[in-house]
Amino acid sequence: MWDYTDKVLDHFKNPRNVGNIENADGTGQVGSLICGDALKLTIKVNKETEVIEDIKFQTFGCASAIASSSVLTEMAKGKTLTEAAKITNQDIANALGSLPEAKMHCSVMGMEALEAAIKSYRQGGKPVVFEQAQESKVVCQCFNVTEETILKAIHSNNLKTVEDITHFTKAGGACGKCKAEIQKILNKVLACEIPQQKQEENKKPFSALTIVEKIKAIENILNTEIKPQLNKDGGSIELVDLNGNVVTVRLLGGCATCLASQMTLKNFVGKTLQEKLDKNLEVKQA
Amino acid sequence: MKVIYLDNNATTRTLPEVLQKMAPYFTEFYGNASSIHTFGGSNKHAIEAARKQVAALLNAEAEEIIFTSGGTEGDSTAIFAAANAFRNKKHIITSAVEHPAVLEACKYLALRGYRLDIIGVDEKGRFNMEQYKSVLDEDTAVVTTMWANSETGTIFPVKEIAELAHAKGALFHTDAVQAAGKIPTDVKAINADFVSMSSHKINGPKGTGALYVKKGINFMPFMRGGHQENLRRAGTENVPNIVGFGYAAELALKHLPEYTTHVKPLRDLLEKELLAQIPDVKINGDPENRLPNTTNLSFGYIEGESILMFLDEYGICASSGSACTTGSLEPSHVLRAMGVPFQFAHGSVRFSLSRFTTLEEVQTVIKVLPTIIARLREISPFKKD
Repeated sequence: MWDYTDKVLDHFKNPRNVGNIENADGTGQVGSLICGDALKLTIKVNKETEVIEDIKFQTFGCASAIASSSVLTEMAKGKTLTEAAKITNQDIANALGSLPEAKMHCSVMGMEALEAAIKSYRQGGKPVVFEQAQESKVVCQCFNVTEETILKAIHSNNLKTVEDITHFTKAGGACGKCKAEIQKILNKVLACEIPQQKQEENKKPFSALTIVEKIKAIENILNTEIKPQLNKDGGSIELVDLNGNVVTVRLLGGCATCLASQMTLKNFVGKTLQEKLDKNLEVKQA
Repeated sequence: MKVIYLDNNATTRTLPEVLQKMAPYFTEFYGNASSIHTFGGSNKHAIEAARKQVAALLNAEAEEIIFTSGGTEGDSTAIFAAANAFRNKKHIITSAVEHPAVLEACKYLALRGYRLDIIGVDEKGRFNMEQYKSVLDEDTAVVTTMWANSETGTIFPVKEIAELAHAKGALFHTDAVQAAGKIPTDVKAINADFVSMSSHKINGPKGTGALYVKKGINFMPFMRGGHQENLRRAGTENVPNIVGFGYAAELALKHLPEYTTHVKPLRDLLEKELLAQIPDVKINGDPENRLPNTTNLSFGYIEGESILMFLDEYGICASSGSACTTGSLEPSHVLRAMGVPFQFAHGSVRFSLSRFTTLEEVQTVIKVLPTIIARLREISPFKKD
């Protein structure tokens, strides 16, 4: 039983601006079925004034995910893109009265989807899936949460414990292996240190490897980082081909038929390979 | 608003007639059963009467029943006692879909140097007998598997599991918390060594349970520091609860046939109608071999907590294996062990009926749920391709 405010319940039961704008000027997506929540925002923007004239959402998730999306559309409607971009997850939570700690990531998801939708508009309307900055290191492998996301959550919400960080970002919420690392990040912030960009280990860059070494390196990441996660979902993956920077893979089992397979490929497989090996790698489905 | 309670695998109502039996033991006969004086000491008789009632539900002998604080204590006690019964055997076997009370007790022993094998299940939640046979050996001290699963209702072949365990000289414990009172639970017939059960799942009070320990088993107490329960479970007896539990067990045995004549037809009707009226629904569990009161359904493309919140509007109580309902961020370990894809695991809803469930209540669910599902699918970005 969650203690939801009346506002949360109202937005959950009577969600505003549900739907999908045809020929939207911007489309932002975040999350996936695997995470248990996902949000798609479409916006109509006045080209002269850059005012968001219409905004609609579709959400897969719990009551607080639906309520966060709904209230966000009310907040963003009528604002200019510059104003809307300033909406934080805390603003969303405040507009709902409050959210249970363990549900704060729902408001973060709203902020991220809006960011993606604005980016999509700026890039000519092609749908944008929210991505965390490429350089940032993935701390939580289970939910694919980067150091940058964690830092952002700590700073904007004044978080003090690892548990708080899990509530806000999901990081550490599954296997828990990264909790020590989250604690380190937190300690750095609490000690007012500026976290330093992690120095890449001194090793041969991926681009300098031979083709056989490249394939071995990719196989290694697939086996150690990617397969265990997909296995949990009853799926798997195999390497089919490597052509230049294009890695062709085949999703197997549960992943092959999963509705979110494209998101899995792009968000998880592609990103993991880029972060572990080379940021120029592209992933394609066989 | 009238409550439509379809969450009986979570807990049940303490029946008014059960409470009535308990009441005098709070304010009138409040003496300590261990006392020398007649006033307290005679409460022993009430405890022994309850022991017979509980024993009857399990087809056990009264002296084989130890009263505990509930299913969790029974599970821990049995697993530790069984492991302790052997000096040199250092291997435990359990299944992937057990209650955390069993899984965590096994994992604790694993930390203390035991080898632990966790047997998987298939897509219907059926125990993988081949895997079990392949890991079972002379070193196995304890095999612990549930009798029936709380989430899906799938029933395990406990008799066969026990037989194989005994052939290798291992002890067998089963968690019968969900099975007791819903299907016949004859512990002699399955030849179990330890069986744990709980009072509050069979319309008795919360905070009380029983552990069956087969006569002749080398038993080590978990709670120490008193002579109660024949030195097998220390602590002043919770007389009112034990009396209530005993009477609830008697009623459960008496009304057991209603699970076949009344509960199962209602469950089947509910399931059949929901499957007929709602697209993209799947049954989780083994339809051929399930508890008669349980149905676990996955509604594709939507999330379980949202479904429960809308059902709550109508006073309908159910539960979900979705991550969001527990705050654990991951969907139910049972559904995941069964390989239920995430998009279905998140949208799972369990209805667990009781002998008090009415046709009218089931019809209400059949009436309101299709609209709720349609409404949530309207909001969802995922659709059938």
